[in-house]
Amino acid sequence: MNALFPRRAANTGEGLSRRQLIITATAVGGALMVGCSPTDLLAAGAESETGPFGAFVKIAPDGAVTLVCKHIEFGQGSHAGLAAIVAEELDADWSKVGWEHAPANAKLYANGALGAQLTGGSTAINNSWEQLRKAGAAARAMLVQAAANRWGVAAAEISVKDSVVSHAASGQSADFAALLADAAKVTPPAEPVLKDPALFTLIGTDRVRRKDSLAKSTGQTRFTMDVQADNLLVAMVAHPPRFGAKVASFDAAAARAVAGVVEVYEIPTGVAVVADNTWAAKQGRDALSVTWDESKAETRSSADIAARFRDLADGSAALEKGEEWQGFETKGDVSGQPGGQALEVAYDFPYLAHAAMEPMNCVAQVEGNKARLTFASQAPTLDQLNVAKILANLPGAIEIETLPAGGSFGRRANFQSDFVVECVQIARKVGGNRPVKLIWTREDDMAAGYYRPLVHHRVRVTTDADGYPSAWTHRIVTQSIMKGAPFGGGGVDETAVEGAKGSPYLAATPHVDAQLLTPDIGVPVLWWRSVGATHTAYVMEHTIDQLARRAGQDPVAYRRALYEKAGAKRHLAVLDLAVKKSGWGTPAPEGWTRGVAVHESFGSVVAQVAEVKMENGEPKVGRVVTAIDCGTAISPDQIAAQMEGGTCYGLSATLYGQVTLTEGRVDQTNFDTYRVLRHGEAPQVETHIVPQPAGTHPTGVGEPGTPVIGPAVANALLALTGEAITAQPFVRV
Amino acid sequence: MAITLDVNGKQLTVEATDDTPLLWVLRDELGLTGTKYGCGVAQCGACTVLADGAPIRSCLTPVSALGAAKITTIEGLGGEHPLQEAWVALDVPQCGYCQSGQIMSAAALLAQSPKPTDAEIDGAMAGNICRCGAYQRIHAAIKAASGQTPAAAPQTDA
Repeated sequence: MNALFPRRAANTGEGLSRRQLIITATAVGGALMVGCSPTDLLAAGAESETGPFGAFVKIAPDGAVTLVCKHIEFGQGSHAGLAAIVAEELDADWSKVGWEHAPANAKLYANGALGAQLTGGSTAINNSWEQLRKAGAAARAMLVQAAANRWGVAAAEISVKDSVVSHAASGQSADFAALLADAAKVTPPAEPVLKDPALFTLIGTDRVRRKDSLAKSTGQTRFTMDVQADNLLVAMVAHPPRFGAKVASFDAAAARAVAGVVEVYEIPTGVAVVADNTWAAKQGRDALSVTWDESKAETRSSADIAARFRDLADGSAALEKGEEWQGFETKGDVSGQPGGQALEVAYDFPYLAHAAMEPMNCVAQVEGNKARLTFASQAPTLDQLNVAKILANLPGAIEIETLPAGGSFGRRANFQSDFVVECVQIARKVGGNRPVKLIWTREDDMAAGYYRPLVHHRVRVTTDADGYPSAWTHRIVTQSIMKGAPFGGGGVDETAVEGAKGSPYLAATPHVDAQLLTPDIGVPVLWWRSVGATHTAYVMEHTIDQLARRAGQDPVAYRRALYEKAGAKRHLAVLDLAVKKSGWGTPAPEGWTRGVAVHESFGSVVAQVAEVKMENGEPKVGRVVTAIDCGTAISPDQIAAQMEGGTCYGLSATLYGQVTLTEGRVDQTNFDTYRVLRHGEAPQVETHIVPQPAGTHPTGVGEPGTPVIGPAVANALLALTGEAITAQPFVRV
Repeated sequence: MAITLDVNGKQLTVEATDDTPLLWVLRDELGLTGTKYGCGVAQCGACTVLADGAPIRSCLTPVSALGAAKITTIEGLGGEHPLQEAWVALDVPQCGYCQSGQIMSAAALLAQSPKPTDAEIDGAMAGNICRCGAYQRIHAAIKAASGQTPAAAPQTDA
């Protein structure tokens, strides 16, 4: 994911910053505040006072420590890792450390990697590392200084362990609760002294476990779906059957006749039925008769879109106005490179729905230009900006209480805040500060677009006398995700090429010509767990196995040679660990075939060796040995959980996932037609973490486990059958 | 119309049309929000509750069809059920949204088969989707809760 709001100061004179400043200022109502940082502007209208220990740390009268978590918890367990960073520096008793979601405030809680308050790009731990170490260390210094003052001893002689502050020489000690009032009066250190990472006692241990498992195992976690209030209304919306269509007219008589239906409104995205309860809202919505204006609707079928992408990639279709090829890796001269017969392969990837278990939903209450939202906001800053635009208010004035999400995988971070804006449009009609809960059914969620884009790759590789790539020609045709950004556009959409661009295989190839084409299609697209890597990892890794096979080489040996040429040391390390733990090179268990793949994404490198067999005509994946380099491992247990879950998410898409359109209508409506991985189809994932020097910066784990399993399985099937697999999904329902 | 239900050992009377799915009565009328909506067509299992000990999909069960059946929801499991303890011990949940349904399906399985085989677990849990992909830990937790050591593979080493 690219930086949405670049961190450069507004007054540096750089073109992008200036442009960004102006657009942001426009977004907040025309107040051009020269000299303000972008996050100041984005937080305009917000209350930014913090407690004595700063924006991230609260200490309660009983001494309990709370991490104020700027990242949403939607499954990845990052709350535990983030809290552990604070607890480590604070020397807090881990059993007395909790967490809560931060309010929406870009000034206090911007993601340092993205420039806005937003969880994504597997950056939660990565961008918070130094910030939270400092927050914990500063709070510790304040407690220590309070004790030093009270006891009349030097702060340097004081130690802290498990939330107890002690002075060994005088035998005095006090817990956080006893020191709290005094510590709150101490001026926080400007540059708190951080621990020597070699002395960490919590980070990297199996004690760093989730804090929410009990609530989630007893039905007590409060999701957006579970928000209740005495005067709450439930809304459902009739959406058009094709993207880009609008309401022409509607008849609400039958809907209004449903007991419990309160009102029916036309809103920009369709027709909303508001009712006393969910069932009445659904019955009312289903009873609507709506005529749609489809004059500007997207009416192509996905098969037609895929066919045009293929024709564009092989040059048989002409470019239309506005379409142009953009180079993303170019060196040497691929034309006229000798090397015998080239390997030429084309790959097709379908649209994919995120299909999080909790369908999109939101609770909003609006009065005048004020709004309060209670929901799982993955991108509070974007949601504030989009809502502020509708209500003509400052973005910081839009209150958001963030709840945990029942999954997201990217869906809830949306440049248009689609379902949030829809909810606010309805709550605005209702008015009076009355809470409205918008619920999308599974069918609404699946048909609403914002898919992983449909993608086509075409690759042509010539090889040298030893069978290694000498010239690599690569064409990618897909929709741009970043064209939808508030101020995106221009340049190569990195989310479309990441993983091909920067590949060690291209680094090891003397001649490269890699280009991207992003035609406009009227189907909304969005990032989807691991984004560009969902397809680039497959293309690069499956192509490499085909090349290794042609060269008569073992796929591991072939990769090692290329990594050595490219200087890709981390790739070598994860590959070596996966090879060692999987028994690569020894016979696989009877009936199983192994495949390997390696990919770097979100700062981490993952290697997997998958054991695969055919069962009842479908691939069955058994043991998957995973090796990851993610820098410092903060919670080994949650890193393993993300490798397990990320692998399932990627395997589900590889084997079964596809959204198709027939003349613009989405064919898949629910889990009966959008097949996903189920219990008995899940692999057994083992996770092995590459040890790192103390203090190594941590990198992502939420997404890097997703893109590797697809090519690992394809490579096992290549070994089994001799056939490459050039289209996903492998199994068509 | 007024309908009386036996939920978690209590007799509760609610006002609902007789075609209202049990799911929405539990959630909207009784405030038992642990049972989740996921698909509305009995494909994902997030809405699973027990009726006289058997797992049912509450999203498709009209409230009028239950008669005197004793309904058990996640809230009625008590919090110290061996499955819930195993779920916490293994940190099974990720986003957690599907877990009420997963646990209720597993509870019905263990009531029928106290020491289920891997194949029995696969069969009983096939109707419960987890998009986070926590299946491996769900499987291990069912094994652990039934007094069987989970399959041996180490989950992690650093």
